[in-house]
Amino acid sequence: MNKSVNLSINGTRHAVTLDDPRVTLLDLLRERLDLTGTKKGCDRGQCGACTIILNGRRVNSCLTLAVSCGGAEILTIEGLAQGDVLHPVQAAFIEHDAFQCGFCTPGQIMSAVGLIMEGQAGDDEERIREGMSGNLCRCGAYAGITQAVRQAQARMNERERTGEAA
Amino acid sequence: MNQFEYELAPNVENAVASGRSNGAVFLAGGTNLIDLMKGNLVRPTRLVDINRLPGLDRIEFLPDGGVRIGALVRNSDLAHDPKFARDFPAVAEALLSGASPQLRNAATVAGNVMQRTRCPYFYDAASACNKREPGAGCEARGGHSRLQAILGWSAHCIATHPSDFSVPLVAFDAVVEIDGPQGRRDVALEDFYLLPGNTPERETILAPGELIVAIRLPAQAALFAGHARYLKIRDRTSYAFAVVSAAAGLRIEGDRIVEARLALGGVALKPWRARAAEACLMGRRAGREEFAEASMLALQEARPSGENEFKIELARRLVVRAFERTAIDNTARLSPLPASIVNLTEEIQR
Repeated sequence: MNKSVNLSINGTRHAVTLDDPRVTLLDLLRERLDLTGTKKGCDRGQCGACTIILNGRRVNSCLTLAVSCGGAEILTIEGLAQGDVLHPVQAAFIEHDAFQCGFCTPGQIMSAVGLIMEGQAGDDEERIREGMSGNLCRCGAYAGITQAVRQAQARMNERERTGEAA
Repeated sequence: MNQFEYELAPNVENAVASGRSNGAVFLAGGTNLIDLMKGNLVRPTRLVDINRLPGLDRIEFLPDGGVRIGALVRNSDLAHDPKFARDFPAVAEALLSGASPQLRNAATVAGNVMQRTRCPYFYDAASACNKREPGAGCEARGGHSRLQAILGWSAHCIATHPSDFSVPLVAFDAVVEIDGPQGRRDVALEDFYLLPGNTPERETILAPGELIVAIRLPAQAALFAGHARYLKIRDRTSYAFAVVSAAAGLRIEGDRIVEARLALGGVALKPWRARAAEACLMGRRAGREEFAEASMLALQEARPSGENEFKIELARRLVVRAFERTAIDNTARLSPLPASIVNLTEEIQR
């Protein structure tokens, strides 16, 4: 049973033929499209390493069937930087040392991008921690992650206010 | 994961027709279903994808003050709808206290109501479970039973229902709109769930092919808007299922309670409506003694199903706290940590 699915991934159109309906969006990205920035941790929706932005909202790609995503717009960690210019969240993660081994980092960053887009966190560390609770970090870099998200959000809001390009 | 046929349903009629076939299961957000399939705990032969069904993703505020929530509305969209959160704050708070932001972005409201128990023995294919295999036995009994039921359980199953959302829905008389081979019907959410009894494999009143199309909250539910809370005790501050939870609502006139609502989560295989507790508060003052009396009535029939006797006292104390917080006017105020127990003084000042 072949199903073809049209997807836009990081601004590039892909026509994908699926020979098996069980393929998750995560496996499609990693195994068939070579976009291995998105990580497979638990593969059961618990760790958040596979977080991507699907149609403008952060989701766990491991629990999403690719066959169900016809017409979707997808943003992964590979699509975040503009050339050599890092996204504000990426830059803030480096500045605040918000990782150690780095395995959870793409998921953390995509989740933070989603959180900032949702606009619910305010400038409140408690809300940021709550908003990032779907992403586990086994190295325990949470303090740096919280600071990075807070700073990236402040910078992005400031840029929006002053009309500077992101 | 087993192999299955995939089908994208274009409309409700087709979905219902396909859903009737043996081994067919509806796919919405997939956050629970795909997880269960990866564990080989659920093995459907056909997935009927209902994500594109037209018109089921809308929140309709009804002229009488009630609300009709389409089955495919995502958990986060409902919780963050400003009018919904204002009119039904306990429901919004419950939604935001469940799962993670990523899961809430994908999961639908009907899927939330339909999610399966997180009993560790149900989730372990190597354990005997009467839900997965009727007659196999229940390894949860005599096993790790800390989080299991204290109300409505049977010798065959001591699991609890994991939904936070369903708890305030039951407290405020939500109705499930169902479409199916025999046409449409409305069922109160409280009657939608089945207690385990001798047939723990039967979890809801849904017949094959029947599909939830909407969930309605009546106008009466919005009358509690200024005094409605959901509180949840959990092992972590965020992203954990309830040990016990409570949805409480009060209508207060002068210094008297004219109506009270209470439902408990994490205590049974369905949200537990505590009508005796509600009745005892009628006409009384909103005070700690009164709430303590209500809490005794709410847990009157509770008994431990294993090493979980502590949940009975914990639930009583939670009922008192939930009503105390509910008695404070909480219009347009949402805790930074939804459903968490924070310092009461801080909460009043926020």
